[in-house]
Amino acid sequence: MMPISGQEGRGRRGEWLLTLPSLVWLIVFFLVPTLLVMAIAFKPAEINGGIGQGWTLETWRRLLLPTYPAIIWRTIWLSFLCTVICIVMALPVGYWLARLPSRWRTWALMAIILPFWTNFLIRIFAWKSLLHPEGWIKEGLVWLGLIESQANLLYNSGAILLVLVYTYLPFAILPIYAAAEKFDFGLMDAARDLGASRFLAFRRVFLPGIWRGLWTAVLVVLIPAFGSYAIPDLVGGPTSEMIGNKIAQRVFTERNLPHASGLSAVLALIVLLPVLVSLVARMKEERAGASRKEGRS
Amino acid sequence: MRGGEMDAYFCLDGVSKRYGGLAVVDAVTVEVRRGEVFSILGPSGCGKTTLLRMAAGFAEPDGGRIVLEGEDITRVPPNRRRINTIFQNYALFPHMTVWENIAFGLKVAGKGRAEIASSVEAMLELIDLREHAKKKPGAISGGQKQRVAIARALVNRPAVLLLDEPLAALDLKLRQRMLLELDRIHDEVGTTFIYVTHDQSEAMSLSDRIAVMNEGRIEQVGSPVEIYEAPRSSFVAAFIGDTNFICGEVSGFPDKDYCELEVAGLGRFLAYNDKKVPRGESVTLSLRPEKLFLERERGAREGVMNEIRGRVEEIIYLGSQTRYWVRCGEYRLGVLMQHGRFLLDQRPVTWGEEVWVRWHADDGYMLQSYTEADEALLTVSDVESGEAAEEGHDAD
Repeated sequence: MMPISGQEGRGRRGEWLLTLPSLVWLIVFFLVPTLLVMAIAFKPAEINGGIGQGWTLETWRRLLLPTYPAIIWRTIWLSFLCTVICIVMALPVGYWLARLPSRWRTWALMAIILPFWTNFLIRIFAWKSLLHPEGWIKEGLVWLGLIESQANLLYNSGAILLVLVYTYLPFAILPIYAAAEKFDFGLMDAARDLGASRFLAFRRVFLPGIWRGLWTAVLVVLIPAFGSYAIPDLVGGPTSEMIGNKIAQRVFTERNLPHASGLSAVLALIVLLPVLVSLVARMKEERAGASRKEGRS
Repeated sequence: MRGGEMDAYFCLDGVSKRYGGLAVVDAVTVEVRRGEVFSILGPSGCGKTTLLRMAAGFAEPDGGRIVLEGEDITRVPPNRRRINTIFQNYALFPHMTVWENIAFGLKVAGKGRAEIASSVEAMLELIDLREHAKKKPGAISGGQKQRVAIARALVNRPAVLLLDEPLAALDLKLRQRMLLELDRIHDEVGTTFIYVTHDQSEAMSLSDRIAVMNEGRIEQVGSPVEIYEAPRSSFVAAFIGDTNFICGEVSGFPDKDYCELEVAGLGRFLAYNDKKVPRGESVTLSLRPEKLFLERERGAREGVMNEIRGRVEEIIYLGSQTRYWVRCGEYRLGVLMQHGRFLLDQRPVTWGEEVWVRWHADDGYMLQSYTEADEALLTVSDVESGEAAEEGHDAD
């Protein structure tokens, strides 16, 4: 055992050396700036747009004003709803893709990635014209009698949600598909053989089987959705702003950097939460895996 | 109640399955009796797995019926059939413990907590894995996984248990142990087993009856002894064990039980004529290597013994027995000699010796059908083609 653990020690040192460059990179260009942003939130603002001397809680006091909790709350529920809808839609698609014969699969994957060939902003503008009071979606729905002619499809939370889902759906499909592709569908047969209905087999065997892909999908949709700026800016109205819009306003319009920093800090803290949850879950699983290996040797 | 209906507890009645234009399973009829171990034996690609998937409900037959205890279940989905399957790779749920795996079927069926617990415990007892109940499948060995798969299926008290090449993933020693284990489990639970395999020794040692399958059709159904001793076709004779084929023409009838065969280049031989073949017809005999004897001296030619002069070409000494290949005209006969006595005190037949190959006329079994391609399945006919056949087996 002894020489093996010695080798392992050397291997670990090598691992550290290899990780060092990227670690330094992350600390210098990511961790330090984040901490700086958070620190600025405790500085006073100057009229000319600069950052004042000394420390103050003025920013945080203003964040408690009634407009902010409403915006933060809207950001949270829009992002969550967008994530839920994306996952619910991506699950059957990922399942279907993984079961598709491989020659069709390539084309289907292409179709899913196709929207990325067009610039993100152009696609949002396209939605803007589609949902416009004289756009054909609006007129079509009116013609079908589903909505009234004075109803507004644009510049509200519904429009934001629609475009959020549209934008992030491929990001949800891809990790779910990647996990489903590695999933052993023989297990579904086994579940059916043991008396489970299709739905039960899906829920009790397939979902746990692609657990990691599912979590990845949640994170890659939820986190960017929290930080949305362009989408609510273009298709949202003044009553449906998200944190991202407020941060931009504070920086560009008011030139109040401490205030923008405070909002950014709040955003970062909200985003950190699901990441921490997944991190803890993953560590727990790895610890279980490690003890399993010990049990075997 | 008629006897015939009593017999067929589980019945595949003229079942067919086509993929593309190809009949993978071609009007197969199999009647399985209650409580027996019934094997479906055949080479890879013979359609046995497709047949099993139809029995389990994963594939719908294009024709025919599947009947369990008199009830037509052809269109019943797998989750509502009282049939459970043991899959080739076990298909244990990796995210559940051994205990949860076994309990799965009962939970899905909505059984009570206490009932589930006692049934699972009883199963853990049966497969002797109580101390591993809390482990995940990733943490147990192949043989243990196999036993969990058995328990997970049997806990649901299925009417029929399907076993799809269950031992294929295990090494030889473990395979032999698991065979005994399966036999014991079958004795204990008495469930009807349908055992699909390409390994004739597994099928022979475990089954009450065997159906030999080839190219989508059943070639023969019978007990292991019937299949081995009285094969209907050259395929069955060659696939189950080794044999020699001798083709000849019926040339006479010395008495009412036997006929005389004229074999080109070798002379005349007696064969037991249970098929009542008429004069002039061509027939093929299957001669099992262990039923042939090598002698240096010609024996007194009693009425029902056959003899051919030949030269020993090849010898493989296997310890308890020796394999000989003897050249007799255009035939190359495989002979298997069992060593009952201390071999060093004897003067065994060796390379290049001229010998007599002897067999009793009753031991050459007359085949109903002969296909030349089946010679490729033999390991004794030719050393080279024998190796090719061996590789073919490894590939599947």
